Amino acid sequence: MNVPKELLYSKDHEWVKVEGNKAYIGITDYAQSSLGDIVFVELPSEGDEFAAHDTFGVVESVKAASDLFAPVSGTVLEINTALEDNPEVLNADAYANWIIAVELKDAEELKSLLSAEAYADILE
Amino acid sequence: MKKTPLFEKHEQLGGKIVDFGGWALPVQYSGIIQEHEAVRNAAGLFDVSHMGEIEVKGEGALAFMQNLVTGNVAKLNDKQVLYCLMCYEDGGVVDDLLVYRHNAEHFFLVVNASNSDKDFEWIKGHAPTDLHVENLSADYAQLAIQGPLAQTILQELTCFPLDEISFFHFEPQIQVAKVPALVSRTGYTGEDGFEIYLAAADAPAVWDALLAAGATHGLVPVGLGARDTLRFEANLPLYGHEISREITPLEAGLSFFVKLKKGDFIGREALQAQKDAGIPRELVGFTMIDRGVPRGDYQVALQGEIIGHVTSGSYAPTLKENVGLALITRGLVKEGEELSIMVRGKALAAKRIPLPFYQKRYKK
Repeated sequence: MNVPKELLYSKDHEWVKVEGNKAYIGITDYAQSSLGDIVFVELPSEGDEFAAHDTFGVVESVKAASDLFAPVSGTVLEINTALEDNPEVLNADAYANWIIAVELKDAEELKSLLSAEAYADILE
Repeated sequence: MKKTPLFEKHEQLGGKIVDFGGWALPVQYSGIIQEHEAVRNAAGLFDVSHMGEIEVKGEGALAFMQNLVTGNVAKLNDKQVLYCLMCYEDGGVVDDLLVYRHNAEHFFLVVNASNSDKDFEWIKGHAPTDLHVENLSADYAQLAIQGPLAQTILQELTCFPLDEISFFHFEPQIQVAKVPALVSRTGYTGEDGFEIYLAAADAPAVWDALLAAGATHGLVPVGLGARDTLRFEANLPLYGHEISREITPLEAGLSFFVKLKKGDFIGREALQAQKDAGIPRELVGFTMIDRGVPRGDYQVALQGEIIGHVTSGSYAPTLKENVGLALITRGLVKEGEELSIMVRGKALAAKRIPLPFYQKRYKK
């Protein structure tokens, strides 16, 4: 499984890319592979607020619907609307396609996320 | 979990193994959509060894079968197959099944895996004591090869001219890859194809031979995921979804397979009464207008009132749309009219569309 070094990870198989006070959130290669063919992504709205571990959206594969859990607390700044028409890009490249970007509420929460090495370990 | 004789093949092929009603079976190999498209455009190979096989043999077998199932078994010829249902006295469904007639005193029944023990008890419980009823599920492996190129591929492994097996007919014993097998032109995908019943011990070699023969024709192994999307698009019912203990075949739109005039059978009185009184619910097809994927058991609403539930729903790979089947109060929604699907607490707009979603391409 592909686990890029520069990202942070949650145990729920999401990745976080931090740019200043902004964090891009997506699902990992392992997540897309486990889900199978992704056919629908339910996105939140810009301005929605989430606490860490809240459900912020849903990814649906052919077989099943799976909740997306916020890895950190924050306010939604952007949503990737391209996923509405082409959800399958998450299967093609899970790291090139972020799902939402949030304004971080508490940068300290980032310390609770996993490094690439630690995430790779839990996939073993 | 129970394993079919092909479990190791599935692991070697990278199948993603899941627990399917107690059976360890692959939900997919390469991916559900890719496997689905292979069956629609070329061919796919399925391990359906989990299905149950029950033999009914002896004097009086025909009369017994005629009373057991909804279809007219008396009209079957030898080497013909009938799709029908077994009902409870109240018209609810015990199971749907295929009835293979070897002759008037010998029938071979193929039932759903999850129901096979219940079915066997039901059949045994209604059979006269001198009739031989045996659960052969453990002895048999079953493969299905489905798709427009299924015959071309299977023909490479048998001398028997497959053109001579017409739709819903079978040959009780032909050689496939040098082993004896029962072969019928049946399936659960909406495509032409065959189902092959053989001794469990022979299954791995025949599986390999089929994949090898089909390699140049685009044959791929297909898991349970695509088996479900294929049958769903063709609107072939699935027990526990479109039909169940609580849903009669008439409500599920299967009146064609219920021969009320053939004479008595278990459930006939209740079904006739339901027909006379007016069938209360109907199975309708719908496509989503709002964004969302309908799933089994989601509620269906009309102007805020719950009118039924989704029996099966999915992204349909051939249609490239999110569609569903819903069992709703009869007569409320016409084709082209809107209904609401309750998805995670939200009422999403959908529109009733004609069935079937996918026109079956059987070779008759």
